[in-house]
Amino acid sequence: LHQNTLDFISVKNYEISSISHVTMSPSRRNNLVSMYSFPLSKSSYSVISAFCTEDNIPQCISYINQELASLGLSSTCIEAISPGDTGLSTVPALNAMYELLQIHRRSMCNLEELEREQLRKSSTLEHIQMSNTRLKDQLELSIREKSGLHETERQLQLKIKTLQSCLKTEKDEVQKLQSVIASRASQYSHDAKRKEREAVKLKERLSQLLIDRKDKKLAIDVLNCLGRADGKRRHWKTTKATSSHEDEMYKSLLSDYEASQRSLMLENAELKKVLQQMKKEMMHILSPRQPSTRGATADDSQEQVSESHTCDASRESLDQYCEHAREQLTNSIRQQWRKLRNHVERLDSQASQAQNQLESNKEVIPRETHEDEMERMRCEVQQCREFIHAQQQLLQQQLNTSFDDETAALLNDCYTLEEKERLKEEWRLFEEQKRNFERERKNFTEAAIRLGREKKAFEEDRASWLKNQFLNMTPFTHRRRYSSSDGQSALSISNEPEIRMSSVKSQLAKSSTYTTFSTPRPSQSAPVPSTTELYRTLRLIPDSRYYSVTLLVHRVLRSGGMSIFSLGEDENSFT
Amino acid sequence: MTNHTAPVSPVSHHRHITRNSCDCKMNFSEVFKQTNQLCKVSPDGKYLATCVQYRLVVRDVSTLQILQLYTCLDQVSHMEWSSDSLFILCAMYNRGLVQVWSLEQPDWHCKIDEGSIGLVSSRWSPDGRHILNTTEFHLRVTVWSLCTKAVSYIKYPKACQKGIDFSRDGRYMALAERRDCKDYVCVFVCDDWHLLRHFETETQDLAGLEWSPNGCVLAVWDSCLEYKVLLYSLDGRLLSTYSAYEWSLGVKSVSWSPSSQFLAIGSYDEKVRILNHITWKKITQFEHPAIIDNTKATVYKEAEKRPGVGSDEMPLHNITMGATLFNTQSKYEICPLPVQIPVVKPDPDRASPKIGISVLAFSSDSRYLATKNDNMATAVWVWDMQKMSLEAVLEQTSAVRCFQWDPLRPRLALCAGNTKLYLWSPGGCVSVQVPTEGGFQVQSLNWHCSGDSLILLGKEQLCLCYMDTDQEDK
Repeated sequence: LHQNTLDFISVKNYEISSISHVTMSPSRRNNLVSMYSFPLSKSSYSVISAFCTEDNIPQCISYINQELASLGLSSTCIEAISPGDTGLSTVPALNAMYELLQIHRRSMCNLEELEREQLRKSSTLEHIQMSNTRLKDQLELSIREKSGLHETERQLQLKIKTLQSCLKTEKDEVQKLQSVIASRASQYSHDAKRKEREAVKLKERLSQLLIDRKDKKLAIDVLNCLGRADGKRRHWKTTKATSSHEDEMYKSLLSDYEASQRSLMLENAELKKVLQQMKKEMMHILSPRQPSTRGATADDSQEQVSESHTCDASRESLDQYCEHAREQLTNSIRQQWRKLRNHVERLDSQASQAQNQLESNKEVIPRETHEDEMERMRCEVQQCREFIHAQQQLLQQQLNTSFDDETAALLNDCYTLEEKERLKEEWRLFEEQKRNFERERKNFTEAAIRLGREKKAFEEDRASWLKNQFLNMTPFTHRRRYSSSDGQSALSISNEPEIRMSSVKSQLAKSSTYTTFSTPRPSQSAPVPSTTELYRTLRLIPDSRYYSVTLLVHRVLRSGGMSIFSLGEDENSFT
Repeated sequence: MTNHTAPVSPVSHHRHITRNSCDCKMNFSEVFKQTNQLCKVSPDGKYLATCVQYRLVVRDVSTLQILQLYTCLDQVSHMEWSSDSLFILCAMYNRGLVQVWSLEQPDWHCKIDEGSIGLVSSRWSPDGRHILNTTEFHLRVTVWSLCTKAVSYIKYPKACQKGIDFSRDGRYMALAERRDCKDYVCVFVCDDWHLLRHFETETQDLAGLEWSPNGCVLAVWDSCLEYKVLLYSLDGRLLSTYSAYEWSLGVKSVSWSPSSQFLAIGSYDEKVRILNHITWKKITQFEHPAIIDNTKATVYKEAEKRPGVGSDEMPLHNITMGATLFNTQSKYEICPLPVQIPVVKPDPDRASPKIGISVLAFSSDSRYLATKNDNMATAVWVWDMQKMSLEAVLEQTSAVRCFQWDPLRPRLALCAGNTKLYLWSPGGCVSVQVPTEGGFQVQSLNWHCSGDSLILLGKEQLCLCYMDTDQEDK
């Protein structure tokens, strides 16, 4: 809507300007005076061009100057370069033109602003008008509503009035009825009393008549009188008897009261005990907490001290049953209770604060609890599984046991068969082991033989070498030594076991030719260290092996047992 | 579960045996004849006296053998044992006659004739040597002494709900009296009928009086038009007055706890109020709502079932197994709360409306209180007096006729005018079929003083039910 109005306004402006153009332009041509009021505009350019001609330049100039002066631009004055000349002096003309242009621009700006203002004003006016109409409508509506409400109010008031009158009548009715009831009740009670009196009178009369008639039937017929249940004789009615009755009555009352008092005393004592314990506990609770709590002040602690004093005092006087002490006790209890309550309240508030704090960064506790719960549930599931498993087993067992003996026997057979199989397997393993062992033994013996051969070759080599050595050394060594340990004798000694062995086994006879005694003996006795060194270097590595192997074979053959370590020791002792 | 044998060998044990789920064996005797529901066990528990028309039969309780047989002059309307179990009083109200029989001397006899004045009530005095007869129109109370044949009169007895009460120790008798349109209470010493106290009560129309079990406090209550309970000391001092409300109908029943600690007052507003014995103020009140949503109470509902139809499963609380095919089985089911108790709205136009607490009974140990609200005739309420709360509600299929506590144990027996006997104890609830031929309908029941047996009274029959206590004692 606003846009439309704006458009409309611009169109109007345009029209106005065009109209002015149409109407003004001819008048300018004809009437100069009318030109004075003519506003400066671009559209009037053609008119201006027509304003000055070659003929009326001076008039024009004077006119212009007048105009300028009227516009307040008297400082600048357009003048011709020279009188009679058509040219104008440029500087003032230009200045004037500039000034005019400035004025024109300013006025244009103003115009624009004013137009805008106008536009705004008109739109606000429109708006205000609209709202005005709306408000008017509302007003009308509310007025109508108001009148309606007034009407209903009036009706309600009427209703209330009628109801009130109704209530009043009802109340009256009730009152009337009540009075009726009351009167009836009184009448009834009066009548009842009258009737009762009559009845009593009748009864009296009846009994009197019955007595007067000397009712023969009224009698007791007992075979023989009975003794009293307690065996005593009947007492005479005397004042003594009546007083004894009174005594007895009071005695029984007294005993009853005593009993009730006793029970109350007991209860009281119990309650007192509870009270005291409570008090003690309260004191216990209150006193150590006091310094720890932030809120506690010196006043509080002092109060506490005084409190405890009074407590002690009251406790001392507790056993004395005096009013004062009781009051004190209850008072102190009350005070302490108040204190405790405050404390608890404080704790509560603290707890709630803590709760709030926790609330802010929650998920901590819930997660824990959740996890705990999960753990618990897992455990439960596990248990359930175990339970199910156990049940299944039990079921299986039951099913198994429910088989007949035949199947049981079959099962037994199966077991024995299995056992047999297992044993067979073991047997097979054992056999294999045995074979392995045999093979190994064979290998050993072969190795021993081979070694024997090698040793023999080596011994022969050595012998030849020694012989050569010996032969070479003879000119430098003593003759005695030569005679005691010559190569021949050594060889002869070594031959002795060979003979012995051959009788046992021909195969091993050759290996046994190498004995330990043969070579070390001469080396030990030899004074020259070079030879022993030589022996050792020659003997050490091969010998130790050979010994062990050969002797091992010997031992095995002899006793079936073997001990490599003992052999090793033996060997060490030799070296 | 249940088992019973057909009636066997005559003389001693004509018993049917029924076992129930509580593993408590019950034996039932054979059925005997009886009239006017006159059947009483002697106070010492040895003898059972029954009236059949004009005959009085005394049996040994243990063997049920007839010990004595007496013949009265007319059909007996009231029968009572003397406190020492030696004499039996038989009153024939329509003839105005009372006959007394001795158990020890069968040939001893005593006949009291009230003459033309008529007789409405006859009772023993606590010493067993005096008989108190109330004449027609409550003209007087005649006290007959069997020791001296002496007769004395007490005038102006009040005709009311409970006008005479003897204290538990038998020493005193309180009697409600009406003279000059005012209520009085007379306290007599029973020993020699000496008038100990005579005082006016603050009642409009006294309805009843009852001694506390310790004999020191007398509770007096007004008629239902006004809720008023007065408590008097033995010496006539007014200890306290209690009134719960005004205008509407008031007290309907009153009962002392055996410990004398509580006084329970049942009223027409369907509430029981408990007064304490120190301040005589109300401790608590038990309401009987139609909808029970108290989570602590157990509601047992009797469920009937025709035999043979879907009786495969044997529920936990089922105990019955009727002898005859026509008997319906019944069992108790524990109802989940809340439970709606059937309520009969009383007719407001009729006098003494069927609403309010009419029966109150404390168990022998004062631990439980059983009540019955008249407009919920099928329900019995059991209250725990320690917790002061509802303990159980027994909802029967038919209206409850009578209930009574075991004199030694906290065990309640009740009957509902059908062929079953119901028992409640803190442990649970059972319903037992009375295994007799011909549909024995239990109208009333009485415990034997030992608590070992129950006397079940039908319309014209009676039957003894023996509890096998050996197993219980274990």
